[in-house]
This record gives sequence, C-alpha cells and structure tokens, in this order.
Amino acid sequence: MVETRPARRATNAGPGRLLIAVYLLFAIAATSRAGLQIATKFDEAPVAYLLSALAALIYIVAAVGLARAGHTGRRVALACCSVELVGVVAVGILSVVDKDLFPDETVWSQFGSGYGYIPLVLPVLGLFWLWRTRRDPA
Amino acid sequence: MTSAAADSPVDGLLATASIVLSLLVAVWALVAAVRHRPPDRVQFAGLAVLEVALLALGVLALVAVGGGDRPGEPGAFYGYLATLVCLPPLAWVLARMEPTRWGSAIVCAVCLVAPVVVVRLQQTWEVLGG
Repeated sequence: MVETRPARRATNAGPGRLLIAVYLLFAIAATSRAGLQIATKFDEAPVAYLLSALAALIYIVAAVGLARAGHTGRRVALACCSVELVGVVAVGILSVVDKDLFPDETVWSQFGSGYGYIPLVLPVLGLFWLWRTRRDPA
Repeated sequence: MTSAAADSPVDGLLATASIVLSLLVAVWALVAAVRHRPPDRVQFAGLAVLEVALLALGVLALVAVGGGDRPGEPGAFYGYLATLVCLPPLAWVLARMEPTRWGSAIVCAVCLVAPVVVVRLQQTWEVLGG
C-alpha cells in the first residue's frame, strides 16, 4: 500500500527509470534521423546533420549515465544534461535569429518544437533528478 | 488508380485501431500511475495486443512492397517501421523492471509515442502521393 521511498537514492529507479525511457526514445529518434540524413543528403546541410548526430550521441550517453547510477554515471549524466540544455537553448536561439544557419531541421531547432518541446524540458528534468538524488548512497 | 493515399497499406482500419488501442493503454496506464499503481495485467495485455497489431501492420506494408508498391521515403519509412515494432517490447521490459507507479508512467509515455510513429509511418509512405 505504502509506496516505499527507495532507500538508495539511485538515479536508475522510480522516476529515474521513466526519465531513462524517454532518453532512450530520444536517442533512437535522433540517431535514426541523423543516420539517415548523413547517409542520404549530407551535403545539403552538414552542420545541421552533424548537430543531430551530436545530439543523438548525448542522448545515448546520458541514458547510459543515468542507468549506471554510480558516481561516474552521475557525473556523465550531469555533463550530458548540461551540454544538452546549453545546446538546445543555443541552437534554439540561433535557429530563430538566423534561419540560414540551419537550413534543415535538427532535434534542437526552434527549441525542439518539432518534438513537442520535450528536448527543452528533458535536460531540465534530468538536472532536477540528479539534484534530487544528490545524496550519495555510499 | 495511382492514388497513393487510397493504396497506402499503413493507412487503414488496422492503423487506426493501433492508434486507438495505444491511446487507450496510455490512458489506462496514466490512471494507474496517478493512483500509485504498478503496471497491471491490463497494461501488459494491452502492450501484447498492440505489438501484434503493429507487427500485422508491418507485414501489410512489406506485402505491399512485395507487390510492387514503394514508400515515398523508403529510408525513413523502414526506420519508423523498425522503431515502431520495438516500442511495446521496450515498454514491457522497462515496466517489468520498475514495479511501481513509475512503471505505469513508462507504459503511458511509450503508448503516447507509438501513435506519433504510426502517423509518421503514414506520412513517409505517402510523400509522393501528396
């Protein structure tokens, strides 16, 4: 009946598992998108496609970091979420200010509007979750 | 005769049923998550039926391709198709690992994504047909 709070404040249980699931979904989405774009039309917008690939890599590493849950995993996740937040805000602003810079959509264009703004919310949730679980179990 | 929309193998009763079923499971799982309930049998059964429906959708698409039809954007289409049939198993495994309300939340999240992928599947088939 009573939902016991996890004794260990691990990043890979409870809400953290939902977060990892969403990170996995975005890793899949961004990886396939970047892979396809780079394989079929790299010349059209190399910067945008390389950025998509970078975003994909960050989502994968962040998911692994959260799932590993150890000290290193937390650091990796922290780094990824930070880079992600900076990336989505920077690319968001740039794509609004100067459309020519990103002729084709990336995951982070327009602050991730093509993905329901989840790319903007996700790193904030990730950082919040890392903060909530900051007390190390050991 | 060449109307792409009418001939689309992924835009029929089965696709609509998959979308509706997925959304129903999502709502059910959301209610469970709000009520602090772990994933129940209904959620797992729903995921199983959804998987069968999505696999059938995939078979329909491959049969159409075998019959000479072609998706508008082949790369994206097959990518979405492969992703789509992996979604219910992903939700299943993660929900099994997390027997708390958050397991239900995972089922809800994945079942909200699946309909989007079905719609993208339809769009990438029909690009040429407009």
